[in-house]
Formats: sequence, structure tokens, C-alpha cells
Amino acid sequence: MARKISDTRRWGFTILAWGVAFLIFFPILWTILTSFKSEADAIASPPKFLFFDWTTQNYAEVQSRSPYFRHFMNSVIISVGSTLLGLLIAIPAAWSMAFQPAKRTKDLLMWMLSTKMMPAAGVLIPMYLLFRSWGLLDTRFGITVVLMLINLPIITWMLYTYFREIPSEILEAARMDGASLKNEILHVLTPMAVPGIASTLLLNVILAWNEAFWTLNLTTSKAAPLTTFIASYSSPEGLFYAKLSAASTMAIAPILILGWFSQKQLVRGLTFGAVK
Amino acid sequence: MSMMLRGLMGACAMTALAAPALAETLTIATVNNGDMIRMQKMTKPFTDANPDIQLEWVTLEENVLRQRVTTDIATKGGQYDIVTVGNYEVPIWARQGWLLALEDMGADYDAADILPPIAEGLSLDGKLYAAPFYGESAMIMYRTDLMEKAGLEMPERPTWDFIYDAARKMTDKSAEVYGICLRGKAGWGENMAFLTSMGASYGAPWFDMEWKPQFSGEAWKKALTDYVAIMNEAGPPGASSNGFNENLALFQTGKCGMWIDATVAASFVSNPKDSTVADKVGYALAPEGEKPQMWLWAWTLAIPSSTDAPDAAKKFVAWATSKAYTEQVAAEEGWANVPPGTRTSLYENPAYLEAAPFAKPTLDSIMSADLKNPTTVEVPYIGTQWVGIPEFQALGTAVGQQFSAALAGQASVDQALQMAQQIAEREMARAGYPK
Repeated sequence: MARKISDTRRWGFTILAWGVAFLIFFPILWTILTSFKSEADAIASPPKFLFFDWTTQNYAEVQSRSPYFRHFMNSVIISVGSTLLGLLIAIPAAWSMAFQPAKRTKDLLMWMLSTKMMPAAGVLIPMYLLFRSWGLLDTRFGITVVLMLINLPIITWMLYTYFREIPSEILEAARMDGASLKNEILHVLTPMAVPGIASTLLLNVILAWNEAFWTLNLTTSKAAPLTTFIASYSSPEGLFYAKLSAASTMAIAPILILGWFSQKQLVRGLTFGAVK
Repeated sequence: MSMMLRGLMGACAMTALAAPALAETLTIATVNNGDMIRMQKMTKPFTDANPDIQLEWVTLEENVLRQRVTTDIATKGGQYDIVTVGNYEVPIWARQGWLLALEDMGADYDAADILPPIAEGLSLDGKLYAAPFYGESAMIMYRTDLMEKAGLEMPERPTWDFIYDAARKMTDKSAEVYGICLRGKAGWGENMAFLTSMGASYGAPWFDMEWKPQFSGEAWKKALTDYVAIMNEAGPPGASSNGFNENLALFQTGKCGMWIDATVAASFVSNPKDSTVADKVGYALAPEGEKPQMWLWAWTLAIPSSTDAPDAAKKFVAWATSKAYTEQVAAEEGWANVPPGTRTSLYENPAYLEAAPFAKPTLDSIMSADLKNPTTVEVPYIGTQWVGIPEFQALGTAVGQQFSAALAGQASVDQALQMAQQIAEREMARAGYPK
């Protein structure tokens, strides 16, 4: 029987939840506010929260200085491309691990995850040399493949976890009804795992969108995504906080909007199988 | 349609398609500094005169740029045709064969006009390996009103003792006015740039002629003790997190009595658009101890040996660092905005001297910097606020963390120096010094 929660506690939890949400959102809010300030207001002490001379000058300057749309398109192609490519490999892999486990499946999964623990800088030089030899430096294809490989362990793990929640009897029943392997994965497993696949897709698009180490090191101009666009607004000598904030807001806006509209799907996917 | 007409149209179409394909694209890696950004906006005369050359700019944060360019040049990746580097890297990279020598820069380039200390730092075996875009030294920027209120007059080049005395007298913590703002944030290009040059002025080198670290010496102890003491007494709170930009923000908002830092800051603090104290700033040469505090930095344009367009790259570098470019900036944005600190002729120009009140101390500071003799004793390295060895970036930052901890009160001066000595001895032994 569900426990009854008093009004006071309910209000308490509500205020706490809003407080935590505000704390998490505050850096983004501050970035957005700073993007509308002058450089002098951006560094004012005590900080100016809402009462300052609002200006869109920083956005105008960022627009005139950088090819935002080219960086944006590169971000879209690289993040969506790497995620779709990853799903293409990870769905069959996760299916086999979830429904046809071998003796070493768990070890294999752990090994895959362990590759995420390796510091990226440790493999930068060999990777750079490979890219140079193969002519992949500053290409969308090259960086898409790298981001796919980097996120593949997470995609596989997430899908494996979701697939494990699906009763294998359903797949067995499909097989008894004469479904081929392709039909079993495409028409039985995938529809049941749609929330999980969708949240994996969304999460990995976000991860690929925000990835900064490899995109900064392996791209220069033609394939450079929004991470390099932001990096170009930090200055060693001279104030830059307002312009950097404008560039950051422009870079995170698409992914924020995507997250806002897909939050239901994202939460549903992330809590998939949490409550039975 | 006649055969001839079709043929002509085809030829025209082929020519139109071929034209952009023939154009050479120069990829230029640079930092987000005011002068560099201005250059990006002012390249039309160059591209008009050279329609076969297209420019592609890659602007990166200084440390990212350094890491990215180092990786690319060391692996001969060939991603950049021109790179923006400091005078710390130029001799090291030139020795590695990573940069092309800048010879035959054109008849009107006038390489002899480059300020001698700047040219010396960018040359190896008599050959120039990078062209200076702008140069800087260190100077004191101070509030004339607060100095007057304290009953003091700033000498042309004060002693450290005068600075400490003035800092105490100018401090009014209740009004959030702090007598002195100095770099405290850990980093080889942050607090260690200041402390290396301050230490040298006290007679404290990084290494002796056998490459043995010298942090256990009395000179370093005195320098660091004075630095920590004055910052605790007259510095802003949280100074161990302050670098160039944080101090700039403090000075511009009227919270610093004095600020000793790169001369490039003078144009920011005197700009009434951003600075609330623009009309109350005075300038003086960096302080003097056993020796004057020296500082010499130049942002330069260099051509990596891995470029596939060396001639076009050289043409651009010659244009961007020429007298003609300086005149173009002056004509469009005023003399106060031209890149400073590289050419003798600029400091002989009355229009510039009138527009930039900080011109004389800047020139005097640059001319007094001696890269080969930064301190009172002989040293095996070159560099005033850095040490010209490849290991300095990592070593400088590691030592900077110890000194920043001392400023934050997390370690005593003795502990910080002891740790710095241990770190330096370990790293130098690991790197195989003496070589």
C-alpha cells in the first residue's frame, strides 16, 4: 500500500526539487544573461543579475566574426552521424549479448567499458598519425568515426541493459512462429525497445555534440564543429566573457531545444525497467 | 548553336570552374587577441592584391592553440600554413627544424627596423624564424589620484621597496581599493611569468650554469617572501586565482592602486569604453631590485616546415608584419590601435607618440630587456619571464602551483620553495640535464 505523504512534506519536496533544478540550471542561465551584457557589465562586482543595459552587440559580433552555420552543420552531421553509425553496430551486438550470451560476455562488456577509462590524451599522437596517413585530418568522416568509436561502449551498454528487460520468451515465440533473425530484431525487439533506443540516441547525440577533446584536436576548419567555435572566443589578454557567453549560448541552444522537446522520451528511456 | 559557340561556352565554363581550384588556401592558426582579430577584419588589401590566395582563420584559446599546433608540427600533419607563436617557442621550434627561415621577405620589408631585442629572440644562427606581429614588456600601471592621495610621486623606475610602501599607503580595504594587483593564478604563463621576472630582478635565477635548480637560495626566499607579504597586506582577496584578465577587470573597475603586468594592458586600461579609471592612469617602468625587472614577449607569425604553400605563406606574413599594415590600421582605426612593440620606426612617429601615452615606457621596457642576461648571475638559458627550454611549460606550471599555494596560505614560503626545488631537481634529472 502506498504511504500517505503529508502536505508539508509534499511542499518541502517540491521546493527542494525546484531548488536543485535551479542550481543545476543556474550556470546556463548565467551564461545566457552574460551574453546580453557589455564586457564591463560582465565583470562588474557585485555581479549584475537583471538590471544592466541589455545589448545584442555580442551576438552581432560573433555572427560577423565566425561562420556559425558551417560549425552548426558540422555539429549536426558529426553528432547524428556518429550516433546512427554507433546504433547500427551496437543493436546487433547488444542483442547477441542480451539473448545469446556466451561464457565471456560479461568480461567483454567490462572490457568495452574499460576503454572509456583510458585518458584520451594518451592515444592522441598515434591517432593523429593514423589520421594524417589516411588523409582524415579535418574531415567530417574521420571525426564521425572517432566519435562513434568513443561512444560505442556506452551505446552498447545502454542497449544491453534495455534489452535485458525484455522477456526472452517473446523473442522465442516469434522464432517459433517462423520469424527470421532480421525480422526478430527489426519487428519484435526494436518496437519493444523504442524508448530505450530513443533515449540512447538522444543521450549520445548530446555526448557527441559536447565532445571537445577530439573535435578540437582532429579538426581545423572544414570539419570543425561548434566546440571549436566556442574555443575561439577565449582570450589570454583582454576581456571576453560576454562574447564567449554569446558564442556558448549559440552553441548550446540547438541541443537545449532538442532536450526540451524530447525530455519525456529521455526520462522514459532512462527509467525504462527501473520500476517493475 | 554553332560548334564554335559551344566550344567557347565550354571553355568559359571550364575557366570559371578552374579559377577557384587554382586559388591557394592559407590556413592561419591564431589566438583571440584584439590585434589579431583586427587583422582578420583588415585583410582585404592583401586578398585584393593576391586574388589567388584565400585565407582560412582558425582562432583558438592560447593553450589549446599551443597543444594543437605542437601536435601538428611535430607529426608533420600540415594542417596549418601560418601559426601564431610566442617568442618562447620560436628558438626551440627553429632548432627542431619545424619552422621555415624567413628570408627574402621583399624589398620594402625592412627587417632591420625590427626592435633589436625582439629580433634577437626570434632568430637562430642569424636567421629570422618568425615575424613579430606585436611585442610587449612589463610596466607599472598606477592610479594617479590614489598615488597623489598617498602623498607619493611615482619615479620613472621605482624600487621594489617604493612599490611596497606605495601599495600599503594606497590600500583602503573598506572601500575595496587594494594597493597592488599581481598575478597569482598558477601557470607558466601566469604567476610564473611575473615571479620568474621578479625573482630575476632580486638576483634569483631558475638554474645555475650546471642546470642545478636555485630555489633553495636566499634570493628566491627574499623574493617570494616579499611577494606573499605584500599581496597579503595590500592585494585583493582571492589573489591566488587572479591572472592577467582578472587583474585587468579589477583595475578597470577601480579596485587596484597599481598593477605590474604586460604593456599591452595599457591600451585596455586607458580605453574609456571599458575602463572606469581611464583618465587616472599613469605609467612607469617595471621596478628595480638588484637588476630592473625584465620582460619580453612577442606574438609572432611563423611558417611551419610542413606547409605546402611556403611562398604564399611568406607573402602573407610579410604583409601582416609590414609598415604598410601598421599604416593601414592607423588610417582605419587610429594610431592608438596599431600593433605595438615591434618596429623602431613606430616609436619615431610623432602621430603614434601623441596617440599612445604609454609608448615611451613600452619602448624603454622592451629595449632594456636582455634575454641572455636576465638576472645578476650568469645563466645557461635565455628568457626573462620564461626559461627557453622545452620542459619549462610543465615545470613552470608545477612550480607555479607551489607558489600559488603559498599565496593562498596553504603552504609557507619555505615549504613552497622546498617543494619547487624538489620538483625542479626531479624533472631536470628526468629530462637528462645537464645536456
